[in-house]
Amino acid sequence: MAVFKQQTPKKAPNPETKIVSWLRENLFPNATNSALTLLALYVIYLIVPVVANWMLFDATFAPVSNEQCGIKGACWSYIFEKLDLFIYGFYPPEIYWRPQWVLILALSFVWIAKLLKQHKYKTKITITLIIIYPIISFFLLYGGPGLEIVETYKWGGLMLTIIVATVGVIASFPIGVLLALGRQSKMPIIRFLSIIYIEFIRGVPLITILFMASVILPLFFKEGMDMDKLLRALIGITMFQSAYIAEVIRGGLQAIPRGQYEAADAMGLNFIQKIVLIILPQALKISIPNIVGSFIALFKDTTLLLIIGLFDILSMVHLTTSDEKWLGRSTEGYVFVMVVMWIILYSISHYSKVLELRYSTEHKN
Amino acid sequence: MNTNIIEINSLNKWYGEFHALKNINLKVKEGEIIVICGPSGSGKSTLIRCINFLEKFQEGSIIVDGITLNDDVNNIRHIRTEVSMVFQHFNLFPHLSIIDNLTLAPIWVHGKSKQESKNKVLRLLDRVGIKDQAKKYPNQLSSGQQQRVAIARALCTSPKVILFDEPTSALDPEMISEVLDVMIGLAKEGVTMLCVTHEMGFAKKVANRVIFMDKGQIIEENKPKDFFNNPESRRLQLFLDQILSR
Repeated sequence: MAVFKQQTPKKAPNPETKIVSWLRENLFPNATNSALTLLALYVIYLIVPVVANWMLFDATFAPVSNEQCGIKGACWSYIFEKLDLFIYGFYPPEIYWRPQWVLILALSFVWIAKLLKQHKYKTKITITLIIIYPIISFFLLYGGPGLEIVETYKWGGLMLTIIVATVGVIASFPIGVLLALGRQSKMPIIRFLSIIYIEFIRGVPLITILFMASVILPLFFKEGMDMDKLLRALIGITMFQSAYIAEVIRGGLQAIPRGQYEAADAMGLNFIQKIVLIILPQALKISIPNIVGSFIALFKDTTLLLIIGLFDILSMVHLTTSDEKWLGRSTEGYVFVMVVMWIILYSISHYSKVLELRYSTEHKN
Repeated sequence: MNTNIIEINSLNKWYGEFHALKNINLKVKEGEIIVICGPSGSGKSTLIRCINFLEKFQEGSIIVDGITLNDDVNNIRHIRTEVSMVFQHFNLFPHLSIIDNLTLAPIWVHGKSKQESKNKVLRLLDRVGIKDQAKKYPNQLSSGQQQRVAIARALCTSPKVILFDEPTSALDPEMISEVLDVMIGLAKEGVTMLCVTHEMGFAKKVANRVIFMDKGQIIEENKPKDFFNNPESRRLQLFLDQILSR
């Protein structure tokens, strides 16, 4: 028999701080990996200087004409001149303040909701904001009593891209939740209809649904009845997106252990209370990364709107490349779209990681 | 102590072709503490899960507090408001704080006000010894604390019957006694309890009756003293030998 003395904790050795050993472990651990590292460095050496020279060092940023721009580097003057078109489409320039306010309101509402974290009426205020925001935004963008009307065919550019993607994801969310629940339902007819809808939509490309919305939908209208083109596109996109959201949320629902359902049942909660109070909050938290993923996909898919004659940011760029004054500058335009898209989408995906981390603290099963 | 709060009459249940419960008859008086034990797969959990209709059964009847259990949703909900349950794996709601876990049923099922249920819940948490953890989330507590929260949650609607489904089986060994202490405290207050458990010490201390199940049947039923000292069936003798020799 032996009794041991209690030991005091020692500091852990910390080899990662040394640069050399880090390099050795991560870049040159053996012959194959070292060769691959060198190859990768060589590829970077080939690409980066060329791109950097074209984009930055040989590029023209001054507001000059096409001819004054050099042919060696990019001519960003083109982008600056057309920037308003890329952002707002054919929206009348004198009332750019209206879409600008839509954005400012969005940011300030998010900020208000954040400030209210501990407030007594937090949920009520948040819900009010969520309900009034789309109404104010629509009034500002489209117009109405006291505001000049701007028909939707004038909407375009980045503004249209953001509107379509946001409306699409928000409108498809409740439908997606219902479809996901429907697919899990014990009632065969509801389950069957949900499965048919989801699998049909997921089985066809977005472009066919957009065509359907713009060409086939009007066939059902009575003579003289017309529906706004943008509205039709939004309906098509919502139909499309809700099928994907439904599958994402179904994944979340399946990750909820059976014990959660049983505990809710055993308490006497009814079906709706069980779903709304217990199951959905957990399922949605799990689904955040995938919901954001499908939002990103949708954001990129809005470029297909060109097909039915709506001009998102990419089609606006495409349109201006035929401007005689700026012939031969399409590369700059497309690079600009790429950079804008990347900045927006990377920020969103980064924010989703932040959300994930924030909620993971209470979800360690 | 005379009225039967639960009456189970010739209950039969099948999982597909498997006959899980065979002709179970059991009457439980108000305030009785009953311990059900038996080897795994003997149907003891299934039996108590039939009482609050977490499991459907095909034949027989269950009457809880004068109400016959049937398929009707309102009937099931009514019975579930009088019968609560403590699970092996606690089944607390991880997205809600402890206090929200407990006030859920009083607010949404019993229509109590927020403040009223909060006060009651805090008293209950005090009783199970974790009042200072009320604002935390379930996963921040130890397994023993979580199960004590789950017991408080089962109590917060003032049920007539509490079902315990192996409440100590998923606990770390050093946490078992703190949960058993809470259960013993409860038993002395006159709540009707049906406990599926292998904690024989608990059975000896507080049970009015101990039931031994095997292969979906009740094999033997007796007062704890006779149950442990003079087991009649061969099957129970073997079971007790195995479980007590640990």
